[in-house]
Amino acid sequence: MDTRTVDDIHVPQQKTSWLEFIKAHFRDYGMLLALLVIMLFFQVATDGTLLRPLNLTNLVLQNSYIVIMALGMLLVIVAGHIDLSVGSIVGFVGGLAAMMMVKWGFDPVTTTIACLAVGGLIGAAQGYWVAYFKVPSFIVTLAGMLVFKGLTLALLGGMSVGPFPVGFQRLSSGFIPDIFGGQGFNYTALFIGIASVIAIVYFSVRSRANQLKHDVETAPFGLFWAKNVLLALLVITFCYLMATYRGLPNVLVIMAVLIILYAFATNRTTIGRRIYALGGNEKAAKLSGIKTERLTFLTFVNMGVLAGLAGLIFAARLNTATPKAGLGFELDVIAAVFIGGASATGGVGKVTGAVIGAFVMGVMNNGMSILGIGIDYQQVIKGLVLLAAVSLDVYNRKK
Amino acid sequence: MNAILEMRGITKTFPGVKALDNVNITVKAGEIHALVGENGAGKSTLMKVLSGVYPHGSYSGEIIYEGQERRFKSISDSEELGIIIIHQELALVPLLSIAENIFLGNEQARFGVIDWSAVFSRTKELLKIVGLSESPETLVTNIGVGKQQLVEIAKALSKKVKLLILDEPTASLNEKDSNALLNLLLQFKAQGISSILISHKLNEITKVADSITVLRDGGTVETLDCHVGEISEDRIIRGMVGRTMEDRYPKRQTRIGETIFQVENWSAHHPLHSHVQVVKNVNLNIRRGEIVGIAGLMGAGRTEFAMSLFGRSYGQNISGQVRLHGKEIDVSSVEKAVANGIAYATEDRKTYGLILEEDIRKNITLANLEGVSKNLVIDDIRELAVANDYRGKMRIRSSNVFQEAVNLSGGNQQKVVLSKWLFSNPEILILDEPTRGIDVGAKYEIYTIINGLADAGKGVLMISSEMPELLGMCDRIYVMNEGAMIAELDVAEASQEKIMHAIVKSGRR
Repeated sequence: MDTRTVDDIHVPQQKTSWLEFIKAHFRDYGMLLALLVIMLFFQVATDGTLLRPLNLTNLVLQNSYIVIMALGMLLVIVAGHIDLSVGSIVGFVGGLAAMMMVKWGFDPVTTTIACLAVGGLIGAAQGYWVAYFKVPSFIVTLAGMLVFKGLTLALLGGMSVGPFPVGFQRLSSGFIPDIFGGQGFNYTALFIGIASVIAIVYFSVRSRANQLKHDVETAPFGLFWAKNVLLALLVITFCYLMATYRGLPNVLVIMAVLIILYAFATNRTTIGRRIYALGGNEKAAKLSGIKTERLTFLTFVNMGVLAGLAGLIFAARLNTATPKAGLGFELDVIAAVFIGGASATGGVGKVTGAVIGAFVMGVMNNGMSILGIGIDYQQVIKGLVLLAAVSLDVYNRKK
Repeated sequence: MNAILEMRGITKTFPGVKALDNVNITVKAGEIHALVGENGAGKSTLMKVLSGVYPHGSYSGEIIYEGQERRFKSISDSEELGIIIIHQELALVPLLSIAENIFLGNEQARFGVIDWSAVFSRTKELLKIVGLSESPETLVTNIGVGKQQLVEIAKALSKKVKLLILDEPTASLNEKDSNALLNLLLQFKAQGISSILISHKLNEITKVADSITVLRDGGTVETLDCHVGEISEDRIIRGMVGRTMEDRYPKRQTRIGETIFQVENWSAHHPLHSHVQVVKNVNLNIRRGEIVGIAGLMGAGRTEFAMSLFGRSYGQNISGQVRLHGKEIDVSSVEKAVANGIAYATEDRKTYGLILEEDIRKNITLANLEGVSKNLVIDDIRELAVANDYRGKMRIRSSNVFQEAVNLSGGNQQKVVLSKWLFSNPEILILDEPTRGIDVGAKYEIYTIINGLADAGKGVLMISSEMPELLGMCDRIYVMNEGAMIAELDVAEASQEKIMHAIVKSGRR
């Protein structure tokens, strides 16, 4: 017998009020709210420096590789695993790119493709042991972390290698050029902002209409529009600010496309659904005809490719590859995913959560640096925030 | 006889649910008191109130034990007074020895140093009482569930038990182990230990109980005294469901067609010990619209056979042929088995059947995501329609399909598992213990669903340890023992005696 049976509770279908809906979906909105509060705090504490166009651009550039890796890490964690090696892969792939372009004379395009493939291969090598050999991912990727940290040193001979061809640097330091030829104001950025707002509103209205037609529980009308208007304002304000500086960074576009892709893949595709099932109950998933081993393998391959991409972006941003590149990134990435509400036992977590988590970490890094807080206390504070966020989440889930 | 325990007017509410509503129960000293009721009736909640899992203050009403009102704040309070509860899910540490488990939390130690010789000699005494001949040093993981249950009881005895509470102790035991356990209870009774026995197995209750308290929907329905006239199982069921159960098995007009499914010379070996053959040259067939049962004792290899057949989910060195409509089919992976029209609903819903943290909808479509998606993209609306359809058809009681599986009762969880497999549109359904741990009312619904499958022209293979269930539901029964099919009986000629006879005879060979 189970005391939590609900056989006889009939919840009458009624219109949910704002408050109830927010309560029920606290986990979805809670982190977003926390991010906004943190941003507001630093905006005030730094006398408005945080949201200056220049700093905003920096914030995006500094965070892009963490966000991109958080997408892959989310899948790994949802599948019930962990990847500690991503920081070392960033260093290794960055080093490889540097050697290929600077020492061996390859062009940026070939280099990029080759490096992403190498990232995937590294992921595959680790995924093989985890998926088919059942070695705990913690061990496999801990080994990978050491191996690739060492290989980076060996590859670069302990030296920094750079600078890179201009074409490659654009990956990180380039901006979407203004096709409207604005002077000091990038109309393209604003245009892209407005276009995305229209797209967002169009798709959410369509999906809401579809849900209403089929009697699915939806956000209350007012809340729905409040959310959309708020989102629209945020996007347009952001794009406007960016337009007054140099426009939208290339990296931002790559990042946005990836976020949309992964959010869609996890929410709406069969492969996404299967990864959640695998993490939720591997045995049941297997007995439902899901190829759990292959799926685990693929999440690691995917993680490897994204770590490779992050390695390229990071190297391009510094315009040099150093043996220390990527050191400790895995911690920021894993923290981002857990702050975003993923469960350490697998099966639970959202792409939007991981992205918000990454920005929580990023804004704190950036804000505390502006305030002149030393790297020592920055780490203390970040550690406490991680603990607080996850404790709150655990507490909420128990209720 | 005076009462050892009296619980008066116990009411316990959880957010949104009144789990117990003014429940009264009186246990006399030295009796076996059975507590029965459908799943969700409040039996376990009541026992948690009694043992202090729900501390005083979280419920209303009073507990009078040994003549005094008690206010337990935690389990240790009640244990101190000799109230020991043995939960359905055993609380043993698999990789510790029997002796270590028995004295876990109650170590025989001086200044934190364990006196091992005292531990072992005490353990030996206790094991002798419960009738176990295992060495105290044996790891718990290496003994069967039946024996583990006895270790739990030995553990209770080590704590000077006065009132022993057993929650579904025989749920996963075979007939022999169950009998041993019930006899042990009778022995304790002779020594003056009272027990409360929670069970779905009414035949066991009528065998040993002195009184029976029936709970329904969180309230006490009645207390029956077994010494005043004969209490029949039907009488108890009437109290539990609040209506007479005319027939425990729904009637069915059987229309059996041609043979659609054949298994030939199926063999499988143990996954770790490759020399042990667990399934031995099994031959079996199922006809259209037929419900075929597999009877056998626990450990006969029935689940192993079914799982090795279903995508080689169990064992190694598997050989044999499977034919559907006379054509050999590939069942070498779960995916292929499902694609070829085979479904297997597991005996262990929580471990192998459900993603507990996911909602009903996602559990139902899991085995056939292609059925609700196009080019790998899931059609939310269609998926929801499918889930709602099954929720209605199978009468899954929940507020909606977004409820997580973990919050459903056993019967409703089983309906979700069945929905999942029905949606994969199989020709052959293998149902492994489809009504295990499910209350009487929900059982009837599950039986109706199974009959409906047969009527729809599917072949059903039903594995069950409850012989009356097989006799009531099946058209034909295979008997399995020690990995081999030892008999095949038409239901018209089958009886519990015949099945047991076949098993005993094959065991002697």
